[in-house]
Amino acid sequence: MPQRPVRPTASVPTGQAAPPGRLAPPVSVRVRKRGPSPTDRRRARRARVARKWVAIALFLAPALALYCLLVVAPIFQAFHYSGYKWNGLSSPTNFVGLDNFKRAFGDDVFTGALKHNGIIVALSLAVQLPFALAIAWILNQRLKGRALLRVLFFAPFVLSEVVAAVVWSLMLQPQGLADHTLNAAGLHAVIHDWLADPSIVLYSVFIVISWKYFGFHMVLYLAGLQQIPKELEEAAAIDGANTRQIFRYITFPLLGPTIRISVFLSIIGAIQLFDLVWVMTGGGPVDASNTMAVYMINHGFKRFEFGYASAVAVIMLVISLVIAVTYQRFVLRRDLQGALTTMGR
Amino acid sequence: MATADTTIDRRRPGAAGRRLRRIGGRTALYAIAWIAAIATLVPILYAILGGFRDTGQLSTNPVALPDPWVFSNYTGILKSSTFWTQVKNSVVIALVSTGLTVPVAALAAFIFARFAFRGRELLYTIFTLGLLFPVAIAILPIFIMVRNLGLLDSPLGVALPQAAFGLPMTIIILRPFFHSIPSDLQDAAAIDGCGPFRFFVRILLPLSRPVLATVSVLAIVGSWNAFLLPLVVLTDSGGWTLPLGVTNYSQQYTTDTAKVLAFTTLSMVPALIFYAFAERQLIKGLTSGAVKG
Repeated sequence: MPQRPVRPTASVPTGQAAPPGRLAPPVSVRVRKRGPSPTDRRRARRARVARKWVAIALFLAPALALYCLLVVAPIFQAFHYSGYKWNGLSSPTNFVGLDNFKRAFGDDVFTGALKHNGIIVALSLAVQLPFALAIAWILNQRLKGRALLRVLFFAPFVLSEVVAAVVWSLMLQPQGLADHTLNAAGLHAVIHDWLADPSIVLYSVFIVISWKYFGFHMVLYLAGLQQIPKELEEAAAIDGANTRQIFRYITFPLLGPTIRISVFLSIIGAIQLFDLVWVMTGGGPVDASNTMAVYMINHGFKRFEFGYASAVAVIMLVISLVIAVTYQRFVLRRDLQGALTTMGR
Repeated sequence: MATADTTIDRRRPGAAGRRLRRIGGRTALYAIAWIAAIATLVPILYAILGGFRDTGQLSTNPVALPDPWVFSNYTGILKSSTFWTQVKNSVVIALVSTGLTVPVAALAAFIFARFAFRGRELLYTIFTLGLLFPVAIAILPIFIMVRNLGLLDSPLGVALPQAAFGLPMTIIILRPFFHSIPSDLQDAAAIDGCGPFRFFVRILLPLSRPVLATVSVLAIVGSWNAFLLPLVVLTDSGGWTLPLGVTNYSQQYTTDTAKVLAFTTLSMVPALIFYAFAERQLIKGLTSGAVKG
């Protein structure tokens, strides 16, 4: 029985291969008959180290340049802008300190948007991911037509949020497809103004998010499930474990790394939710489906409050960062440990 | 004689009932899976079929097949130059940003996977942190930067930031894959006098075709579907990509639902065709894990 199940691809790197770094030993040194003198060896070593650093620098340069210029620098600039009252046109001069942040947290619309992001996160973890896991588990039971089903489930993921938003808006409009279907099923009582009722709209948006993204998580889970050696589950079955026990004590724990990654991606995605809401509801009605990103774009590009919008961006960034660090520290740590201890020399 | 024991086990009284339950269970599984699949398909079918209706049909009977089938929505859009310009813009931006992201990320992932050096994990962490920062968070400074570079309304103004923001995901997927390729291969190549770059181009990349296909598909689809960056950078309607076109069209023809659905359908056809062809590569890449060597 394998001691250590292979991890799914989507997970963090495993540390199983031998440590890299002793590559390209100079051929001349190796084939010499009488054995190299200490000076020779030192010189060869130094040349090898120099060559290694040249390779590292050359290979990393393009990625570093692109990344620093267009990702790192703008993020720092956002911090810079967030201290100014600025319309984005000339250069920022009116420094206001932390006023933009105070204004954001004093604005009910912003705190409302923050709360909506939180609700989407909670619903995703409580409903969408378990559903994706259930479907992945079902597909992993050697069902016929599994390949076709997987294609169907994953299809919404390749469509844009814009397409999802436009089509669903039309389906959910009064007397649209949704209402017709509910009527036909005799569920008149359930019918609502899906996108116009402030107490419903966020849940409508969540349905669309789930429709679009559960297939992605399902594919991740399915990949993880297929990496679990069948022998483990079979052995447990022979020992008398029932399906539920096998899932609880074997499948689920072994799927841990995949689940942790998927939860993480889901949280981060929900915090940044923009396209779908922007096209479907614009954050309305009466800001009932507003999210932080929508709020930010509204202030930045509609009201030209670049400084204030940057402060909102910084808040989003800090929230994401805090969640990521906490998560890394307490949850992902176990997955990274092997990688770090074997590779980090 | 473990095998014999289990056979006898299965024939015990009650086993028949258990088997029946299992068959029932499997039927239930099929039912759940297919109901969920059909529910997933409904919006897509609604859009495709809706394009073949007229708006009257859509409000009276949106469920059944179109009766009669109306083709004018689709043909009208396919004859309009606006649609084709937007297709072209989307294609150009997707190709440029993918053509930048994948090679650049592959080079970096190679270093992160196969070289040990001081500061490697720190650098790698900095790249992975990029996953947390989608374009939205940096969109204001990026807008300023693109404007200062004079790239507003240019495909490059969208493709460059897109490529940069695509790096983290691509590197994160490539690194473990590169790492899993046996180091014996590299040692053997090195003994034969093969330097890191030649090893990378001649051995590593060909071995990594599935995962390269995966990251390329992800990059292309991501670019094809991108909305915020084009929305901000491309102000002139001549440079618009399809997602911008779709939103604009849906606002322009609020009452003509069928037309909107036809336009939306046409905008997703390329993505769906692409998916149909790349699906196997994509899922295989996601699932194959490591090269078994």
